[in-house]
Amino acid sequence: AENACGHVCGSRAGRATLFSYCRKKKVLIFLLLLPQVFEVLWLTCVFTVAFSFFPPKPPSLAFPWFGMDIGGTLVKLVYFEPKDITAEEEQEEVENLKSIRKYLTSNTAYGKTGIRDVHLELKNLTMCGRKGNLHFIRFPSCAMHRFIQMGSEKNFSSLHTTLCATGGGAYKFEEDFRTIADLQLHKLDELDCLIQGLLYVDSVGFNGQPECYYFENPTNPEQCQKKPYCLDNPYPMLLVNIGSGVSILAVYSKDNYKRVTGSSLGGGTFLGLCCLLTGCETFEEALEMAAKGDSTNVDKLVKDIYGGDYERFGLQGSAVASSFGHMMSKEKRDSISKEDLARATLVTITNNIGSIARMCALNENIDKVVFVGNFLRINMISMKVLAYAMDYWSKGQLKALFLEHEGYFGAVGALLELLKMTDDQ
Amino acid sequence: MAERGGRGSGGHGSLDKSITLPPDEIFRNLENAKRFAIDIGGSLTKLAYYSTVQHKVARVRSFDHSGKDIENEPLYEISVQEEITARLHFIKFENTYIETCLDFIKDHLVNTETKVIKATGGGAYKFKDLIEKKLGLKVDKEDVMTCLIKGCNFVLRNIPHEVFAYQKDSDTEFRFQTNHPNIFPYLLVNIGSGVSIVKVETEDKFEWIGGSSIGGGTFWGLGALLTKTKKFDELLQLASKGQHTNVDMLVKDVYGGACQTLGLSGNLIASSFGKSTTADKEFSKEDMAKSLLHMISNDIGQLACLYAKLHNLDKIYFGGFFIRGHPVTMRTITYSINFFSKGEVQALFLRHEGYLGAIGAFLKGAEQDNPNQYSWGENYAGSSGLMSTSPDVYPMQRTRSGTFDMFEMDRLERPLVNLPLLKDPSTYIPDTVDLTDDAMARKYWLTCFEEALDGVAKRAAASQPDSVDAPERAEKFRQKYWNKLQTLRQQPFAYGTLTVRSLLDTREHCLNEFNFPDPYSKVKQKENGIALKCFQSVIESLDSLGWEERQFALVKGLLAGNVFDWGAKAVSDVLESEPQFGFEEAKSKLQERPWLEDSYSQWLERLKEGPPHKCALIFADNSGIDIILGVFPFVRELLSRGTEVILACNSGPALNDVTYSESLIVAERIAVMDPVIQSALKEEKLLLVQTGSSSPCLDLSRLDKGLAVLVRERKTDLVIIEGMGRAIHTNYYAALKCESLKLAVIKNSWLADRLGGKIFSVIFKYEVPCK
Repeated sequence: AENACGHVCGSRAGRATLFSYCRKKKVLIFLLLLPQVFEVLWLTCVFTVAFSFFPPKPPSLAFPWFGMDIGGTLVKLVYFEPKDITAEEEQEEVENLKSIRKYLTSNTAYGKTGIRDVHLELKNLTMCGRKGNLHFIRFPSCAMHRFIQMGSEKNFSSLHTTLCATGGGAYKFEEDFRTIADLQLHKLDELDCLIQGLLYVDSVGFNGQPECYYFENPTNPEQCQKKPYCLDNPYPMLLVNIGSGVSILAVYSKDNYKRVTGSSLGGGTFLGLCCLLTGCETFEEALEMAAKGDSTNVDKLVKDIYGGDYERFGLQGSAVASSFGHMMSKEKRDSISKEDLARATLVTITNNIGSIARMCALNENIDKVVFVGNFLRINMISMKVLAYAMDYWSKGQLKALFLEHEGYFGAVGALLELLKMTDDQ
Repeated sequence: MAERGGRGSGGHGSLDKSITLPPDEIFRNLENAKRFAIDIGGSLTKLAYYSTVQHKVARVRSFDHSGKDIENEPLYEISVQEEITARLHFIKFENTYIETCLDFIKDHLVNTETKVIKATGGGAYKFKDLIEKKLGLKVDKEDVMTCLIKGCNFVLRNIPHEVFAYQKDSDTEFRFQTNHPNIFPYLLVNIGSGVSIVKVETEDKFEWIGGSSIGGGTFWGLGALLTKTKKFDELLQLASKGQHTNVDMLVKDVYGGACQTLGLSGNLIASSFGKSTTADKEFSKEDMAKSLLHMISNDIGQLACLYAKLHNLDKIYFGGFFIRGHPVTMRTITYSINFFSKGEVQALFLRHEGYLGAIGAFLKGAEQDNPNQYSWGENYAGSSGLMSTSPDVYPMQRTRSGTFDMFEMDRLERPLVNLPLLKDPSTYIPDTVDLTDDAMARKYWLTCFEEALDGVAKRAAASQPDSVDAPERAEKFRQKYWNKLQTLRQQPFAYGTLTVRSLLDTREHCLNEFNFPDPYSKVKQKENGIALKCFQSVIESLDSLGWEERQFALVKGLLAGNVFDWGAKAVSDVLESEPQFGFEEAKSKLQERPWLEDSYSQWLERLKEGPPHKCALIFADNSGIDIILGVFPFVRELLSRGTEVILACNSGPALNDVTYSESLIVAERIAVMDPVIQSALKEEKLLLVQTGSSSPCLDLSRLDKGLAVLVRERKTDLVIIEGMGRAIHTNYYAALKCESLKLAVIKNSWLADRLGGKIFSVIFKYEVPCK
């Protein structure tokens, strides 16, 4: 019965279908599915599977431990790799489970689009009494359907599994998981997960370094420097999560928060417009172009209209008066580069998020504004723009804060919920 | 009305000089122009000038009757005199025509002493040299935002139906608002190429509280890049045809179909352009334009709401070229404000939004004349009205390129204020039926006014038998008013809420425009003469009655007098054919009690049981029998009870309504015959005042300041409004702080039908405010 489904484990080539199954004790089974040999687009798919045959024998909690956040654009996955496996455990660990661990920890890329953010790995963590490392993996949400299809092909339903996931995709794909793969999703609230995950990661720190940071001298580009920030007293904080869209939360305590507002102008807008305007295909590509561009060729500045500062209203000449305002003129449209367009798009979206966040902070009377979400990944330009905007427009009253694991808190929160759920049983 | 895309920023190199400007239509009264201002925007120029208008007014003057046989003499003398009034002219045209227009102005500017022209708008500096060279005036630049706000305050204060909310999917696309007596504080969100958010607290105090770089320029610029469509208007057209759901990532795209159970609407946009994060797919221009429009409108709406919340403001006015008359953008902004404020804040728009800068610049230059101390009124005859530029809604409006939009305001002689007795000035709506809302009523009344037009024109011509050009002017009047009616059929909201009152007022404005200041002056003169002769016998017969009978006879007299109304077609037919149609005959035409609306018994009870009223304010209606045999005997009875009376008549002529100056003569004549009236006048227990209006209807929120002062001083506790125009078309539902009596005879069978009665049905509405 162990190998009822008969699978292939070929981790070295980076292509494997792995299937694990444990008997006799309560077990969590995580499936990492890798696509067929001839798939052009490589898919990384992970199933979080929990089921039990027997009540647990505390405190031990079976491996592997995963948390998953299925967003509009990206699936975020955290994996806890135990480093304190005893010889006995090692012996008992079924082959498939071992393969997952080996496969995930020995690779940093899974096919074409699955990536492990090695630099974010949290080492020597103690979770649920176990010591280990937390790994951070992401892949595009468009891979989900392929993933579910495969779940069906591999007949995972025979495992009587429950999957744990958060994010909109947990709802969107629930039906497909059930009907196609006969799997039951355990859905978790995405804002709860976000906050719990954030608080947890901040509390354990980033391998001895602080998780949270800010920019010193944000209004002076030459002296603007990343500095650690102690988030021991986080409340109240305005939490601005920039994924495909933007969600803004006011957090007053661990369990007391409200969603203040949201915006549809987020990371998806940046990438969507960049693709249309420049023909680029990826976020990385778009950011690379933006780094080389000059948005003032595209945007109309205050000085372009008033010849200098608009003193009546105390507006600096260098402030953007109209995003893409120069593009009203044909001559200007013909004279700009793709890089300029990418930069303008980035600056426009970022400034707008900054404006909305600042207004929310004022309305909610909160002075700490924490920006998270994968829009900020490798995006120093946006972070500095946000730091500048918060500081400048509030005359130093507001502080923009950032976190190293920007986009992964939902997934971490899901993992925490998963562990908690198992504890409760 | 729209700022036209594409022309603005660049080439005005080839100026179109081929257009010819018809002088009597476009730059009117230029020869007397005193002061100029100009607002040059991205594509439209708005020129403002102040001018004086010489027009004819009918004056009445009492004859000296001493020692003369007054039997066969007219009661008083009517003379037509020239009067000079002040008028503000605003003209809007495309920047392409600026040179032609400047040439035209130069050629027609005769005797101006002005040396400077106030200029504002982004284009002011670009055309500075041209203006200075052409006109020989020094260009004096004014701050854009200051002008905008000055103009905004001015229209909010002076134009009753300036503000409207936009409603999609409604027969009434534009829902006009009653002006709150206190216009401050408000938020002005100006969406030009960027967005400026300004908080306005008082006339002179305003503050830029924020803005956004994502504005009209972003829509235009980004839209041009995405769709290769160059013009702003064309982009809007594309957007109105697109489907944003093909480009935007919606909540349901992220959550799937399950979002309803989460209390989220699946159709909300989760990420604008979230579906275009791929290079493999083609997106249609229409869809991208639509997505962009939503993105920008939502963003602006959200920021506006956040600023409104922070500053605790609930009035947000939107303006700027992004909005200007475009139903598409008004719709998306309205949606956004409603969504982000959870329905607590309404997006408001201004009918003269495009003129604010020009008005403000003009006011800056006219500060020494104190324009703000006067009241101003929109001249319907000289104003183009609000045009919808939506290609979908009004295809016929697309060919407005090269046309000139006009807006004129007359300086009123006296400041206008609210009647202090209005229960709630901020919710008072004078008009009973909103014809923009009620399509059936609108159709009826427009047709009714059309049908009556020939007769009105004929009467106008006939009223000036000595004038050679009267028939020609009457024809011009007919044509002008006819055109107005056709415009209103297409765009009922062109001048604010369409009402019977606005139709009547527009007709009066058009008559004045062609120098028919008072077509009924001679008729009124004659009728006043006839009625005065009957006064004594009417009084004698009233005095012979017992108290209760007399009260009823007085009310009947008041109602019968009201049958004489040249404004209503049914009556004018009778009067034209039977000039001797008498007071008694009129009484016999009245409906028997119970009347259609009948609270006579309560009124009688009140007179019987209650103490005399302190002071009654009466709004009189018609000349002749109405005022003399209906109102005055009633006034006399009130005076005898110890009630003081303020008798309010129109300042200027309208139909056969009695004017203030006519009422003075009439009162004087009656005083000679009647000691009660005589002593009341002498002791100032009967006071004659003017309403400040020249309308057959009555707007209690715009009354002469002197009247308001008097009403307060005399502690007025009864308001009597008579006549169809004042008590049915307007004020039928007006709530007052004191007792009121509204009476009228319905002289229009359609209206009677609607109210469930027949022609000559009687409305007698006595109301006591609930304590």
